[in-house]
Amino acid sequence: MPKRFSLARRLVLGVPYLWIAVFFLAPMALIAKISLSRPAQARPPYEPVFSLSDGVGGFLSKIQTLTFEAYRSFGEDRLYLDSYLNSLAIAAISTLVTLLVAYPFALAMARAPARARPILIGLAVAPFWTSFLIRVYAWIALLKDEGLVNHALMALHLIDAPLSIYATNLAVVIGIVYSYLPFMLLPLYSALERQDPLLREAAADLGASPAQVFLRVTLPLSRAGVVAGCLLVFIPAVGEFVIPDLLGGSDTLMIGKTLWTDFFANRDWPSASAAAMILLALLIGPLVLAERARLGAEGRPS
Amino acid sequence: MTTKPILSVEHVSKRFGAVVALEDVSLEVGEGEFFALLGPSGCGKTTLMRLIAGFETPDAGRVVLAGADLSGTPPHRRPINMMFQSYALFPHLNVFDNIGFGLRRRGAGREEVARRVDRMLEIVQLQGFAGRRIEQLSGGQKQRVALARALAPGPSLLLLDEPLGALDRKLREETQFQLKDIQRRLKTSFVIVTHDQDEALALADRIAIMRQGNVEQIGPPFEIYERPANRFVAGFVGATNMIEGRISRDGGAFFVAPFGRLERSDRALPDGARAALSLRPQQIKIRRDGDGIPGVVEDVAFRGETTQLRIGVEGQEALRVSCAREAGFAPGEAVRIEIAPDAGVLFSGSE
Repeated sequence: MPKRFSLARRLVLGVPYLWIAVFFLAPMALIAKISLSRPAQARPPYEPVFSLSDGVGGFLSKIQTLTFEAYRSFGEDRLYLDSYLNSLAIAAISTLVTLLVAYPFALAMARAPARARPILIGLAVAPFWTSFLIRVYAWIALLKDEGLVNHALMALHLIDAPLSIYATNLAVVIGIVYSYLPFMLLPLYSALERQDPLLREAAADLGASPAQVFLRVTLPLSRAGVVAGCLLVFIPAVGEFVIPDLLGGSDTLMIGKTLWTDFFANRDWPSASAAAMILLALLIGPLVLAERARLGAEGRPS
Repeated sequence: MTTKPILSVEHVSKRFGAVVALEDVSLEVGEGEFFALLGPSGCGKTTLMRLIAGFETPDAGRVVLAGADLSGTPPHRRPINMMFQSYALFPHLNVFDNIGFGLRRRGAGREEVARRVDRMLEIVQLQGFAGRRIEQLSGGQKQRVALARALAPGPSLLLLDEPLGALDRKLREETQFQLKDIQRRLKTSFVIVTHDQDEALALADRIAIMRQGNVEQIGPPFEIYERPANRFVAGFVGATNMIEGRISRDGGAFFVAPFGRLERSDRALPDGARAALSLRPQQIKIRRDGDGIPGVVEDVAFRGETTQLRIGVEGQEALRVSCAREAGFAPGEAVRIEIAPDAGVLFSGSE
């Protein structure tokens, strides 16, 4: 009986592992292999291509042709490095702005009457009912030179000539802040909503002004939410492709866009794969840190 | 109250929607006094405490501290500190920073904070705990950190909301003495909110008994116990036998109880008036013979130094009587009851 039980348990636990292996590790292995290949005028556009008909000898000789050249060229090609650094900068600025915008919203939601909170959460995630792509497209109509924002500002005589926002890095930041706001809002809300309101009273009682109560009690106690929200925004924002492609200009360098160009326009699969592998390695770092922070926050005995 | 008042609550009223929490409440707390607000839950004592701390605003009346009207002064500008029932310790700060929180908000320097926190830890006997995290502390230790944190800024008035409520019984008794001792050493005025009459009687210099938003009586524990102002106070503080009857002035002064006529020394009430006599269990004397009122021992409960008896009498629920354990009464025994003419308190009217 215990044996069958443990088998059933293993099966249940095995399902997520199998999922990760088939849909995540296997594709990653393919990309890793492509990153070690050479570009070729062929279909697929790289060599060597392994085949079951090669036999053991063919397999071994093909393995010897694998090369780290794509990785070497990554360091030489400024385009990848610049794209990567630019992606980090845009993602970092966007994350910071998202945090600053989301925090007051989350605070207002957490302090709202308990009956109103489910409605507010519903409103916060309401944009998800519309396609992400369509919502980003909508921003073009808002931001372009003859768009709604410029029209409104000119009608109010705040500006004489249209502001060029569309097709700039600023438009990309606006797009990211808009699109990822709920991912920041929800972890912040959950961290703030859990706080005991008596702690704020205790701080006020001990002489803390409302600003000090926020800085000394509310903010530090929401740290886990801030970290979670920032990672949920920052990590996908670094590799974001749709937003820079639709809202950015031709000079907007972001790694997702550069990868896409290399893959589909230049058909240089090995270089693009190598860049993707490096991007992954660089993003795993903050993820591990975040996981540690989360475990640290939850693992404390209460 | 022997000293001049530090806190005056003047005609304070507060309602929450249709619920009246406080109705025209006035009281004064003296300098260095240990004052208790005692009452059943929902009597308004917690609202009154939150009003004094500044977390609630009175609908009418005012709170005056050391001659200064506190109306419009937010909690963080009041020289009053509060110890919360749930302690409300900051989970992200260690013991040292929790106790130092109020000092830092008052702009104390690093050395002053360190010196004062050390002194507070010594007072609450938690030396060596400065670096501990809050979740590493036991309930009793948290309670003492909360006390130290509230005392550290040197408030002119300390409010304590059910400070011993979360402790188990043995620890509660021990902590009661420590609390009283700390209050005496620091000479700070303490206002404690409690629903536990033993706690109030043991700790306070004076007690305000509250019910339904009103103060029923204010006085020292002895006076509250011996001379309760009304039936509610008599019934709420300490055990009592409430005997309904009427007054007879026929040939003296008598209280006519269902079980017989009792001679009384107090003569305030007129002939024929309905009245109730409140008698503490130890104010009823029982003997095996004599010419007292007849009764029967129904139940005997051993309580250490004393024995609690239930004595069945005519036309009345059994009387609670306490006597020395040597008396050795047994259930079923016939006894005689004697009630001295000056024992207990008479209240006019009927229930």
